Amino acid sequence: MALRRDTICALASGPPPSAISVLRVSGPHVADIIAARCSLQTLKPRHATLVDLLDEKGTLIDSGLAVFMPGPASYTGEDTLEISLHGGRVITELALRSIMSAGARLAEPGEFTRRAFEAGKLDLTRAEAVADLIDAESEAQHQQALKQMDGALERLYAGWRDDLTTCLALLEASIDFPDEEDAPDRVDAPVRETLLRIDQALKDALVQGNITERIRDGFKIAILGKPNAGKSTLLNQISKREAAIVTDIPGTTRDVVEVRLTIGGYLVWLSDTAGLRETTDIVEAEGVRRAMKAADEADLRLWVYDAREDFDMSVVQPGDIVVANKSDLVAPKDVSRETLTIVAKTGEGVANLEADIISHISKMTQNLSAPMITRARHRQGIERALEYVSAARDHLKLQSGSEFVAEDVRQASRELGMLTGHIDPDTVLGAVFSSFCIGK
Amino acid sequence: MHDSFDFDVIVVGGGHAGCEAASAAARTGARTALITHKVETIGEMSCNPAIGGLGKGHLVREIDALDGLMARASDRAGIQFRMLNRSKGPAVWGPRAQIDRQLYRSAMQGEILNHENLTVIADGVEDLMVKNDTAQGVIGESGTAYSAKAVVITTGTFLKGIIHRGAERIPAGRVGEKPAIGLAERLYALNLPIGRLKTGTPARLNGETIDWGKLEMQPADEVPIPFSYLTDQIEVPQIACGITHTNAAAHAIVAENLKRSAVYSGAIAGRGPRYCPAIEDKIYRFPEKTRHQIFLEPEGLDDKTVYPNGISTSLPREIQDAFIREIEGLESVEIFEYGYAIEYDYVDPRALDVGLQVKTMPGLFLAGQINGTTGYEEAGAQGLVAGLNAARFGRGKPHASFDRAEAYIGVLIDDLITRGVTEPYRMFTSRAEYRLSLRSDNADQRLTERGIELGLVGASRAEMFHVKQNALTDGRNKLQTLAMTPNAAQKHGWKVNQDGQRRTAWEFLAYPTISMTDISKAFPEVACLDQRTKDQLEIEAMYAGYIERQKDDVAALRREESLALPGDLDYGQVGGLTNEVRAKLEHVRPATLGQASRIEGITPGALTALLAYVRRRPSRTRANG
Ligand SMILES: Cc1cc2nc3c(=O)[nH]c(=O)nc-3n(C[C@H](O)[C@H](O)[C@H](O)COP(=O)(O)OP(=O)(O)OC[C@H]3O[C@@H](n4cnc5c(N)ncnc54)[C@H](O)[C@@H]3O)c2cc1C
Ligand SMILES: Nc1nc2c(ncn2[C@@H]2O[C@H](COP(=O)(O)OP(=O)(O)O)[C@@H](O)[C@H]2O)c(=O)[nH]1
Ligand SMILES: [Mg+2]
Repeated sequence: MALRRDTICALASGPPPSAISVLRVSGPHVADIIAARCSLQTLKPRHATLVDLLDEKGTLIDSGLAVFMPGPASYTGEDTLEISLHGGRVITELALRSIMSAGARLAEPGEFTRRAFEAGKLDLTRAEAVADLIDAESEAQHQQALKQMDGALERLYAGWRDDLTTCLALLEASIDFPDEEDAPDRVDAPVRETLLRIDQALKDALVQGNITERIRDGFKIAILGKPNAGKSTLLNQISKREAAIVTDIPGTTRDVVEVRLTIGGYLVWLSDTAGLRETTDIVEAEGVRRAMKAADEADLRLWVYDAREDFDMSVVQPGDIVVANKSDLVAPKDVSRETLTIVAKTGEGVANLEADIISHISKMTQNLSAPMITRARHRQGIERALEYVSAARDHLKLQSGSEFVAEDVRQASRELGMLTGHIDPDTVLGAVFSSFCIGK
Repeated sequence: MHDSFDFDVIVVGGGHAGCEAASAAARTGARTALITHKVETIGEMSCNPAIGGLGKGHLVREIDALDGLMARASDRAGIQFRMLNRSKGPAVWGPRAQIDRQLYRSAMQGEILNHENLTVIADGVEDLMVKNDTAQGVIGESGTAYSAKAVVITTGTFLKGIIHRGAERIPAGRVGEKPAIGLAERLYALNLPIGRLKTGTPARLNGETIDWGKLEMQPADEVPIPFSYLTDQIEVPQIACGITHTNAAAHAIVAENLKRSAVYSGAIAGRGPRYCPAIEDKIYRFPEKTRHQIFLEPEGLDDKTVYPNGISTSLPREIQDAFIREIEGLESVEIFEYGYAIEYDYVDPRALDVGLQVKTMPGLFLAGQINGTTGYEEAGAQGLVAGLNAARFGRGKPHASFDRAEAYIGVLIDDLITRGVTEPYRMFTSRAEYRLSLRSDNADQRLTERGIELGLVGASRAEMFHVKQNALTDGRNKLQTLAMTPNAAQKHGWKVNQDGQRRTAWEFLAYPTISMTDISKAFPEVACLDQRTKDQLEIEAMYAGYIERQKDDVAALRREESLALPGDLDYGQVGGLTNEVRAKLEHVRPATLGQASRIEGITPGALTALLAYVRRRPSRTRANG
């Protein structure tokens, strides 16, 4: 009995108290559990039924809507029960205890989705998307996860693999059927063309993937400027908390302070840095070094200067934002119309600044039709596939033999296959025979 | 040690699988009997007399590396040697030869009839002797009982074989041979999974009635390269084959009479090979093609029979007459024998283990076309494995096998027992994921050492092999120690990066633009190596980078292969498997996780579940116990 796959249960909704709580049970014992703990012995599959949930002594815990989904047509592929109860702490506690005493154990994190993957219900990218969807904090993350769950990534990667399979079919036909006129003997041109196209697509995906990964993991925004310009004050103002220490002593901020927040539906990491200046203080010098690094890695750089001083525009790169702070201390007429002006201390003008930040991020994401890469795992797989595709193209150029080209194409296809978890060695021969009339 | 058995191993059937099986068992010292209908048909080529080709030539070299017979017999019977794919790299060169039927038969019979430890018996086998659910011999048509510790069945297409030609139906294995009813019934009674396949053959033509003058001719290679590592030189005279094509008129006749073809009339249920379609298939499936190539291959030096390769058919005789005579060069050809399709039962090879033993009947081994393959080479390779393991079984030893990273033989057996077949199975180089290391030039280096350990390889080959190995090791050491600066390399006209890095001769060889001839000129110490060694090392260096790269893959393969799945594993207990996946696993009963991963339709998720279950099992069992 211990070897048998067990039945798992868990609270599927957020922690109580809440209006309702949904409990989920999955595994071979679901039907037994229903019979043992519900007021009705059996439930009509895929119908919402009002039932009483009882404890092991038969005492009523709560009544709620129960839906029984027999496997394999369920999320996990197993028999599944979902029951909605009133969302009280005691109710959920008692309900779980009752279900467990009838033959279930508490699920580990992600176990329902893992079972779905094991049952072949989801490919890897979709399984990842389920996790992303649940974890989404921003609308952009949510949108992206939805598309991925719908199979956008799976289709994209599978499409590339299909193209590679076509190449392989050409190459293999020319290798395995050398004596036959019907086999394509000049395969270089079509293979070269397809590989060029895939090479470009993979490169585009890597560039675009930077942004999709950002949507998932957060955009990095660095606040930069001289000491005392008001960078820390601005960080506190935008994040609406006292994350960074503010004093009027220049050089107060020494390490990089990061705050995670959402702005306009995007997840961002806002970092406050040490003021940029020449210094002999070793700790501050290290802070300046870190500030430079943060500036380098940032997706968006926000330069802050004291409106009473001049600002050296030579440090600014295209795409950066420049704001004049402390505009309360200068006469309005002295402030240039071009630059954004704010009073970090009071929050005046900060809404405009946020709007500007959002429009910068939107510009980065505007060409994003569907996600192409959403995690490091995808990036690495695609990078490796790209390496193989380049190697294959080099072999074509050098005429070093179609067996080399085929080997690299096969590896590229395998890398992409690993992303979705689909690998089938017979596809190539299948493609060969459906395209060419070969055989003596 | 004497026992009451007549033999250690009995091999039934003297075809290509049977000859290699009998010889392999006998080479390891087992007292072996080969029982076949007629001694005169031992080594008969039932169809196209040609050996080798892509993938197939690799198998022949591997059989030879293990001291089998096929390569040597072919070298004594080949009348048109050609190395296919010369324009591509050596990993995909395919040695092939057109064979003189008679010469081949006599070469093979010469080997078999004079083989140490091997007795040849002319008898039809009517039944199997089974004791304690173990195969322990056979009973002949003559009524004689022959007992043995293990039995290898290599009877080809004899299971419910039916020949189709138009509306004609002839029950037969091959033309002129009767199917063995008793043995077939015994095999059916074992309740092994059985499938049905078909294959076909073209008409045989009288070469004297072909107008050769009109035709393009394809000569043999100028210097024929033998199959066997033991053959120095081919002594058989070499001939040319003719090339002609079908045409619109011939296509029209075939198309009009499609319904009269046994294949299209619905009479045949078995699946035919996609890579060897009948002419009616080609015309039906690829109507846009206006012509198809035909090779006119003489069947022997003193034989006027010609095999028209490319027009296998099951159309009625008069239609064959009509369409063939539309073809250029064949306008007044005489047909000796008409083409036909043959349909036969085969045993689903997923019922076999890695030694080709029937999982449910210890001591019973199957090899050759009976397992759903087609081709002499595929049959021979299986025969070798089955014969070897039948002999080992008799001695109580575990199976010996070859893995996919080691040999095409390994690819063949693994494909069969893991994926089964849906069409007659033929080897292709594209089936081998480690193609760049499984080359026809290095079969001996991959396998002969194993063959010596297994007792398959005779003393003379073993000695030759060691001499060759030493020469290669010496040569390799030289190439890997001799070095040169890029500056010096430039003086030889080699284009290399001028980075000041000294490179070894071996590294220079990996450049596609630098050949062994160039290296020999630059390094006199290399020039004095013998030519065979140089050729071999040049190929090795060319693929060295890729083979290095594959090492991780091979290690991963072997790791998965080392994760054994118990033969009695209850897949119902492994959670998370869909019914479909579970049924597939139960059908194949893979021996390792690696094998499970190669079963068609097994998802990565299912493998994760299986792995988790197997990992969990021992500790849980202990906890329970
Ligand atoms: C019509 C046809 C066309 C083919 N075309 C080609 C081709 O073009 N190229 C190619 O490579 N391959 C071709 N093949 C396949 C090739 O011939 C076979 O795959 C190969 O010969 C199989 O070898 P085997 O040893 O399994 O069986 P076979 O070579 O068929 O040998 C079987 C042997 O067993 C003997 N036997 C059978 N039953 C008994 C019994 N009960 N007792 C004793 N002896 C028995 C038979 O007499 C025979 O000697 C063709 C096959 C057929 C039938
Ligand atoms: N008057 C005024 N003072 C400000 C404003 N922003 C920051 N300050 C003050 O300037 C000083 C330096 O601010 P801080 O945020 O620590 O500067 P940083 O070194 O750039 O991080 C503090 O005393 C702040 O209170 C502003 O908009 N107006
Ligand atoms: Mg500060």
